[in-house]
Amino acid sequence: MTRPNPAQTVNDNPFMKPMEWVSLALLAAVIFVVLPMLLDAFRLNLVGKYLTYSFVALGLVICWGFGGILSLGQGVFFGLGGYLMAMYLKLEASSVENTKIQSTPGIPDFMDWNQITALPWFWKPFTSLPFTLIAVIVVPALFAFVIGTAMFRRRVGGTYFAIITQAIAAILTILIVGQQGYTGGINGITDLRTLNGWDIRTDQAHNILYFVNGALLVACILFAQYVKRSKLGRILVAMRDKEDRVRFSGYSVAGFKTFAFCLAAVFAAIGGAMFTLQVGFMSPSFVGIVPSIEMVIYAAVGGRLSLFGAVWGTLLVNWAKTTFSESFPELWLFGLGGLFILVVLAFPNGLAGIYRTYVEPRLTRRAKAPEPAPAALPHAAE
Amino acid sequence: MNAALLPSHPIGAAPAEQEFLLAVEALTVSFDGFKAVNDVSFYVDPNEIRVIIGPNGAGKTTVLDLICGRTKASSGSIKYKGQELTKLSESGIVQAGVGRKFQTPSIYDDLTVFENLEISYPRGRSVFGALTFKRDAQVRDRIEEVAHMIFLKDQLLERAEFLSHGQKQWLEIGMLLIQDPELLMLDEPVAGMSVGERIKTAELLNQIIVGRSVLVIEHDMKFVEDIAHRVTVLHQGRVLSEGSMERVKNDPKVIEVYLGH
Repeated sequence: MTRPNPAQTVNDNPFMKPMEWVSLALLAAVIFVVLPMLLDAFRLNLVGKYLTYSFVALGLVICWGFGGILSLGQGVFFGLGGYLMAMYLKLEASSVENTKIQSTPGIPDFMDWNQITALPWFWKPFTSLPFTLIAVIVVPALFAFVIGTAMFRRRVGGTYFAIITQAIAAILTILIVGQQGYTGGINGITDLRTLNGWDIRTDQAHNILYFVNGALLVACILFAQYVKRSKLGRILVAMRDKEDRVRFSGYSVAGFKTFAFCLAAVFAAIGGAMFTLQVGFMSPSFVGIVPSIEMVIYAAVGGRLSLFGAVWGTLLVNWAKTTFSESFPELWLFGLGGLFILVVLAFPNGLAGIYRTYVEPRLTRRAKAPEPAPAALPHAAE
Repeated sequence: MNAALLPSHPIGAAPAEQEFLLAVEALTVSFDGFKAVNDVSFYVDPNEIRVIIGPNGAGKTTVLDLICGRTKASSGSIKYKGQELTKLSESGIVQAGVGRKFQTPSIYDDLTVFENLEISYPRGRSVFGALTFKRDAQVRDRIEEVAHMIFLKDQLLERAEFLSHGQKQWLEIGMLLIQDPELLMLDEPVAGMSVGERIKTAELLNQIIVGRSVLVIEHDMKFVEDIAHRVTVLHQGRVLSEGSMERVKNDPKVIEVYLGH
């Protein structure tokens, strides 16, 4: 046969393309080598905190970028993961020994302040670490499943879905703030000390948690890559494009949307749990509307179609936030809003889009100079 | 499984009913009191090409929407191989063997021609199935075979966005073909095509009808004459006339409302 066999080319569906391996190696090098070498313990812990947000951005790439389902309530799942982890840590910190000055020793301090005299039933299982770790994954997934099934079965999508997720974020915040005796209220759950006896407040613990966090992030990126590369990933893109065509090709569109939403929720919850461990508290200010929208901006700036872009976008925006809000605290929110508008108008595919349009073609041209330039592969679905 | 699917005739059903692939009876749908489809009945045999014609607003597309489950019927029944379709979900209807092509080319612009066809391949349709779907030799061979039939074998790796209008229509036909439906419904398959593309499409349809029934909506009379076994004329939501193209063409009622214009 003289012409290239198309089957050979389409068969060529590796887990990751060479450039993606390079991206992964680069990201891993920065997280595991460069940053720990350059930064002091305090700054490294700060980066660790930023990286927990990138779990949320990663989920948004799958859910919003690929599936076209914009959730403005990812803070709910980040918060759920964080709160569930905080419940375990708080119970461990509230031993009878530590709380003997309270009128009811052995329960979290904020319960005592609110005249609660016994541990509520839904707190009790969180004395077990294995239960907590399972709950961090399962509870947000179930919650997302219920919301997703209820919405997507009724064909609620697009803007309406975004508004409803935002409303859920608002409701959960109000609930947490209002139920002070059970949730710690507006202050959140604070004064967390040990994880199964291991003090998480030391620099050394922060350091270890930073690396655990990085490893989990890479694991989540690899899983997201598996989903993206599977037929399910292509169905998500197809659904974003022509939902009816997918439906009339024999797929239950609601089921696929729910899966994407649940996956994004689980990623966010892992990030939330790691946040609590590294920062040492959890509060409603990470659950509501503003943090949820900020998390969408991370994904938008990084590039909503790029798994790696989501991480870089999160790091960049948070670095900017820290830098600018140290100097001009009142201007930061305007800056953030402006950044979002700029990205949407000028660079709809974010940093990853800029990289693909301007940088990658040059790299490929340099790499294979003698060959004729291949037909420009468009950005989407990558 | 429905008892009506069993080979023996269900009690009370006329034996003749089993011979139709599709039996639409007294189908009615009303949108806020307006009856877009009003008491429509027709029967499609296995291996038949049936064309539905009618002026704009006659309810042709609505009939297809009702059969594939996109619109829910107000009353009436749609039996496909003895199975009631009005009670199934859209994906259930597809899985029962009914494929539908939309009026405007409905393909996935961001995916390649290969990936477009692959999504329609009838395997791995559950969430878990799609996650673990393997692009094996069987899938690739079938996709190449279909791509060859729809004149797109050299475009397999191209993004569907860059295809011409006619090629997009063919791609959608190919996506249906790969589902291997027993009843294929096409909504204006040659609309907006050049003369050359029309001839190729007629040739393609004649190739793919083997072993299945086709329900086509079309305005192009020349094309209808070329392919139709029987024609159903709809007018204002009702069946006006039915029969061979020859008969329908000479029906005074049809001439009055439609062909005479």
